[in-house]
Amino acid sequence: MIDNKLIELVNITKRYDGNTVIDELNLYIRENEFLTLLGPSGCGKTTTLRIIGGFETPDEGKVLFNGKDITKLPPNERQLNTVFQKYALFTHMTIAENIAFGLKIKKKSREYIKDKIKYALKLVNLDGYENRMPDSLSGGQQQRIAIARAIVNEPKVLLLDEPLGALDLKLRQDMQYELIRLKNELGITFVYVTHDQEEALTMSDTIMVMNQGYIQQIGSPEDIYNEPKNAFVADFIGESNIISSTMVQDKLVNILGADFPCVDTGFGQNTPVDVVIRPEDIDLVAPENGIITGRVTSLIFKGVHYEMEVMANGYEWLVHSTDMASVGSEVGIRVDPFDIQIMNKPESEDEKATAGEL
Amino acid sequence: MKKKNTILLSTPYGLWMLGFTIIPLLMVVGYGLTSRSDGSFTLDNIRLIASPENRRALWLSVRLSLLSTLFCLLIAYPLAMVLRNMKFKSNSLLVMLFIMPMWINSLLRIVAWQNILERKGVLNTLLQFLHLPAVNIINSPAAIVLGMVYDFLPFMILPLYNTLVKIDENVINAAHDLGAGNFHTFTRIIFPLSIPGVISGITMVFVPSLTTFVISDILGGSKVLLIGNVIEQQFQKLANWHSGSGLSLVLMLFVLLSMALVAKYDKGEGSANVW
Repeated sequence: MIDNKLIELVNITKRYDGNTVIDELNLYIRENEFLTLLGPSGCGKTTTLRIIGGFETPDEGKVLFNGKDITKLPPNERQLNTVFQKYALFTHMTIAENIAFGLKIKKKSREYIKDKIKYALKLVNLDGYENRMPDSLSGGQQQRIAIARAIVNEPKVLLLDEPLGALDLKLRQDMQYELIRLKNELGITFVYVTHDQEEALTMSDTIMVMNQGYIQQIGSPEDIYNEPKNAFVADFIGESNIISSTMVQDKLVNILGADFPCVDTGFGQNTPVDVVIRPEDIDLVAPENGIITGRVTSLIFKGVHYEMEVMANGYEWLVHSTDMASVGSEVGIRVDPFDIQIMNKPESEDEKATAGEL
Repeated sequence: MKKKNTILLSTPYGLWMLGFTIIPLLMVVGYGLTSRSDGSFTLDNIRLIASPENRRALWLSVRLSLLSTLFCLLIAYPLAMVLRNMKFKSNSLLVMLFIMPMWINSLLRIVAWQNILERKGVLNTLLQFLHLPAVNIINSPAAIVLGMVYDFLPFMILPLYNTLVKIDENVINAAHDLGAGNFHTFTRIIFPLSIPGVISGITMVFVPSLTTFVISDILGGSKVLLIGNVIEQQFQKLANWHSGSGLSLVLMLFVLLSMALVAKYDKGEGSANVW
């Protein structure tokens, strides 16, 4: 991957009616990157996207595009295009006219526009839809037209604001693969906003997890999932057991009264920490082989695996396993050392939100 | 059971409509197509429109109505845009402010304008006080157009505001995003999307303007005769229900034409559904 910073946000702060929605955010987006802004609603991810797109002006800070300050540039003068939530197609125009809109504004030749429409429709697998009206298309098809309408303008960056939010699950999954394919074919940068962690993990090169206007963690999907920086990220990405524990010494953590070997070092001795253990990383073994023992309190068949809850040492452990242990049975719990993720405890509420910036 | 309920619930309105819309309408058709002397079928009443003075009255009505519709559109559209772009919640209050004159009796409002525009009325007294030349527009077509615009402006504002406010902000953002400046965003996106409201507003103003006789009576004196006044005279002064109905039928044709226009462009979007 080319390590060229295409877009840079420098110290961006945005307030609405005195509420700070983004607080001194710093971020760069590399050329050809698929970056996902992930977080719960109200975390500032959409506002960040709108600032990049030019639909909002930050109260403080700068937006750089290829090193040039574009903070004050209106959207129609930026070299990027947006795919909006709920498509925002022009309902009074045909599909062809929708796609041609940007090109006509730029006064491209008739032939050029015609070719572009054909190319774009082929790219989104909707050839032959030129003369249909947007209302006669399904949600998934409308979304693909919205993408086609944006990419014919050959933007350097495509901004996508929860583009799959209105689609049903199956279609959403299909569209995820479609988007990955599109990105690879076009070779441009995607900035994608979603609150769906599965979507983020599937598609992104880089995920930026946001909460309360702060970046919690930036990293590859693997990093974010396997090594969450704080309890918020661990909790938001996938399911997890987050347990308040004590780091006894390097490579040894005391969880709920039992010592578990781990691989983390440098936390000091007898330091309070948060421990994250993914439910699929817990091994249920015979009671005598477990580090701690507990009793199964619930069992649900989920298709690929069983979801169990095990009450052990006063904590309800969430366990995913392809092996089943029946409700009421006594089990032992083991966790491989590298599957235990140790995190510093935040010391205040504010730190909880900013933890990602440390 | 369900069907029974529907019938039961719609009975009051059904009776109302039958008694006060359908039967009178049939009576107008009946009178309009029959002779006053012997009650036989005739088209003479309709042919009355062809007489020079009636033709002149109809033509003037159409012209003044078009003019007042145009003025209403020119005033209401920018206002509706402003109301649409208002982010704060009190814009419903503002809309109400513009609608409020509608709650005052129409006759009263027109009489008020008469008082303002009269030769020695409020306007001229004020102008005299400021040592400015007096204006004499009472009893002229200009006064009638002014009255029409004043009277029917809310009917233009509401449908326009309703369609404009329904345009998704992201559709406008998308136009900007694709490179359109404010001018192109308006001409290619906002205005085309507001056409149902424009059409609906045009008929809401044009039809009552075309058929009015009160405004022309009061602000036009007896000097300006609109088709509405001609019909009124047939009923009131000449007590000729047959010729009055015949002329009404001609006018109704114009009304139906503009309604058909609405039906064509306003595909159930219901921009007029506030009524």
